[in-house]
Amino acid sequence: MYNTDMANVGSNVHRKDALEKLTGRALFIADQDIPGALFGVTVRSSIPRGRVRAVRFDPSFPWKEFVAASAKDIPGKNAVACIELDQPLLADGEIRHCMEPILLIAHERRERAYEALGHIEIEYEELPPVLDIEESAAMKAVVRAPDNIFKEFLIEKGELDAGFAQAAHVVEGEYRVPHQEQAYIEPNGAAAWFEKDGTLTVVGSVQCPYYVQKALKAAFDLPAEKVRVIQAVTGGAFGGKEDYPSVLAGHAALLALKARKPVRMLYDRAEDMASTTKRHPAIVRHRTGVDKEGRLLAQDIEVLMDGGAYLTLTSVVLSRGAIHAAGPYSCPNVRIRAKAFATNTPPNGAFRGFGAPQTLFAAELQMERIAEVLGMDPVEVRRRNAVVEGSVTATGQVLREGVAAREVLDLCAKRSDFARRRKAFDAWNKKAANPTWRGIGFALAYHGGGFTGGGEDYLASRAGVALDADGGVRVLAASTEMGQGAATIFSQMAADALGIPYEWVRVQTPDTFKVPDSGPTVASRTTMVVGRLVERAARELRAELEKSGSLPLISGGGARSGGKAVSRAKWNAAARKLLAGKPSREFITQYQRPPGIQWDDKTYKGDAYGTFAYAALAVELEVDKRTCEVRVLKVVTAEEIGRVIHPLLAEGQVIGGTAQGLGYALMENAVYRNGVMRNPHFTDYIIPTAVDVPPMEVLFIEKPYAYGGFGAKGVGELPMDVPAPAVCAALRQACGCWFTRLPVLPERIFAALPKKTGAVARRESLG
Amino acid sequence: MNKVSFTVNGKKRDYRGEPFKRLLDVLREDFRLTGVKEGCGEGECGACTVLLDGKPVNACIIAVCQVQGRAVETVESLGTPTRLHALQKAFLEEGGAQCGICTPGMLLAAAAHLREGGKTDEDSIRAALGGNLCRCTGYQHIVRSVQKAAELLRPRGRDCGARAAKSPRSARSSGRGKRDRS
Repeated sequence: MYNTDMANVGSNVHRKDALEKLTGRALFIADQDIPGALFGVTVRSSIPRGRVRAVRFDPSFPWKEFVAASAKDIPGKNAVACIELDQPLLADGEIRHCMEPILLIAHERRERAYEALGHIEIEYEELPPVLDIEESAAMKAVVRAPDNIFKEFLIEKGELDAGFAQAAHVVEGEYRVPHQEQAYIEPNGAAAWFEKDGTLTVVGSVQCPYYVQKALKAAFDLPAEKVRVIQAVTGGAFGGKEDYPSVLAGHAALLALKARKPVRMLYDRAEDMASTTKRHPAIVRHRTGVDKEGRLLAQDIEVLMDGGAYLTLTSVVLSRGAIHAAGPYSCPNVRIRAKAFATNTPPNGAFRGFGAPQTLFAAELQMERIAEVLGMDPVEVRRRNAVVEGSVTATGQVLREGVAAREVLDLCAKRSDFARRRKAFDAWNKKAANPTWRGIGFALAYHGGGFTGGGEDYLASRAGVALDADGGVRVLAASTEMGQGAATIFSQMAADALGIPYEWVRVQTPDTFKVPDSGPTVASRTTMVVGRLVERAARELRAELEKSGSLPLISGGGARSGGKAVSRAKWNAAARKLLAGKPSREFITQYQRPPGIQWDDKTYKGDAYGTFAYAALAVELEVDKRTCEVRVLKVVTAEEIGRVIHPLLAEGQVIGGTAQGLGYALMENAVYRNGVMRNPHFTDYIIPTAVDVPPMEVLFIEKPYAYGGFGAKGVGELPMDVPAPAVCAALRQACGCWFTRLPVLPERIFAALPKKTGAVARRESLG
Repeated sequence: MNKVSFTVNGKKRDYRGEPFKRLLDVLREDFRLTGVKEGCGEGECGACTVLLDGKPVNACIIAVCQVQGRAVETVESLGTPTRLHALQKAFLEEGGAQCGICTPGMLLAAAAHLREGGKTDEDSIRAALGGNLCRCTGYQHIVRSVQKAAELLRPRGRDCGARAAKSPRSARSSGRGKRDRS
């Protein structure tokens, strides 16, 4: 049940964290005063695969000033515990990727610590590396026994052959997407120390404090009550601080153990970009059978992803990618074969969308191709196939409620004036004297909210609220504020569930000693899943206060019943009565699976997600005929995200995610040579600036989800799914070329244009 | 020891030490002004933007000896939580800050633009902020925040004593708040 009597939910209250951030007072990990802390640095491998033969410390260097740590200093398992334990915390002889950590060095002064790196020499025995999906699939070398495959999924529905047999047309396509860097502006950083009682404390820029705790427990052989992980103000994450902080925290902690002092490690930009996780590169192949009217009859899809050297989160990235691979369409016969390969490159990990942007790029560009083969309007082809209530997805999930594919499609097509703009651009492109070619492109997607399949059951998240002696209410969740607005959203929900002003609610800084494990801050699950836990806990607290007789009953647990807010004095009196002298009382609730959800992990059939959110996007762009530069002119997007808890924050998520999607499409080019990123800087890995991002019109449709916090679905990842395919569709109209490989850089456009009609001809005519 | 004298946020300061220490490190480490952020260390991201004699510069690629006799301003000089600068107020209202790491630099780049009477149309503001990367917002709310701050800063009385009639919200291109309930 969602509430319809809301004072804060649905309004643009001020962010809880705004004042600190706007006045420069917010303390990120680099800003915190940690007395006596040493600065730690990492010695990394310079080869992608091989063995360490010898490590030589320059004998003329004053090593006594330094602290060093290696794999043999690790008290527990030499592993970064994630899904598996395959990744060592420090390489112990064997090297599986460039930039693999081998040794750690600490010094009181940062510049001295960095200087030491130049006085260590590592001798390797090199082995032939496997550097990409194709080399790995061809078994150029076995880098993960027995077959280089981390994980494999098969999703089947209907009779594929029968579907193709009925098809009027069969359309094939291959799509390739590259690494993408999360490019949070604050690089990874963490500090660690051991308390006198042996408690390991870590403070860091982290998305998932309990993930870090889990990894530290294994590496340091400590029980949970001896590992405390506290989130520092986090300067962006986007998935990039989901699993990697476990590595960094382990390193800082190991140095702290050796040094018997606090140790802080802050990556600089180059180290962060070259060493930490990226979006998985992928090759996606489609073979699609359609009837004469453009209805999908058969989809045969192959998804290949590059996991990098260790598993980290790859199996779940692949899972989400595979489940989304058929797009938001209804098709009776589907086969999706997905594989993730091991390569000798730094592990790839989480990045907004988590596998789905890769496969949806392919699915959407494939729809464009189908439309062209049929000579149909691309929006209309989508409309005919878009899921509706009762549609069955590739995993056999019957979509029961909140289906909005057609609604977002229609709204976006209408507001972008898609059909008319397309015609106008066709006319523009016919005039040879115009300096640019123009195009408008469209894309449609859905994105599952929360963990895939039985994931939420497995997490069994807990979150809640505490009533404190001063009458304040404190939100208790491990879900982190990293810019997206979690602290604000939780406060709005708690306030409305309690019927009190937003200002009376505060949020406990995530700290594994103070908050329950509400699961990782990922998968568009925070507002939807954890918000629901906060809402339920707040309602329990309200019910307790009402039972005590000092607060009026409010019908349906709604806010400000009868339009009259409770006074702070009355509230405080009620709080005192309930607390009965105690400083605080916690109300914690646990995730309950919504009724009717079934998932079979063995057959990969069932309800992959509790619900899906929907997005459609239209983009207008122009291509300079001489330079082939692309200028994005305008974006219109319609997104259905359940109840919109905070319109301004939601819009911020959509615009920010769309900007990242435009970067993915047109700019962000991670260049890998010998298995390592060669352009790990903002100078040469280009992300969009204010000038590159066009004005965007964002439209929301609300179909409240009965089991989300106040009716919310997830919004974080959804906007990442649609920009890239829409851009490539627009480029098709503008240039007449299919761009099936990202990013579409000017030089790739130049190379793709027909020699006589393209930029070359134009350039010649200019002399 | 070398001495470098300059003003920081209006206060006279003397720095003694390595003359080629980055201004960024001097501000953060010697003066504990941690509102100045480091995002890339090579003058690309703008997180370390400070104002030097009123002009935005990247403190990560300026040696402290270059600021002898000059005036440095950091975000700490703009306003406090109880007395926000118009820009901070506008960022608060319009969603100009998300994770907050680019925010101090963004505020200072915007402050320099408005102070020197820069144009407040969308393209001009985008150009003025072109040296400051933000990965969260997609910039639109920042641009809108700067436009709103310009309105707040506009001297009253110019429009016959009335407050500027047209709020940036009514002029903006985005459809925030247009919600289709179903």
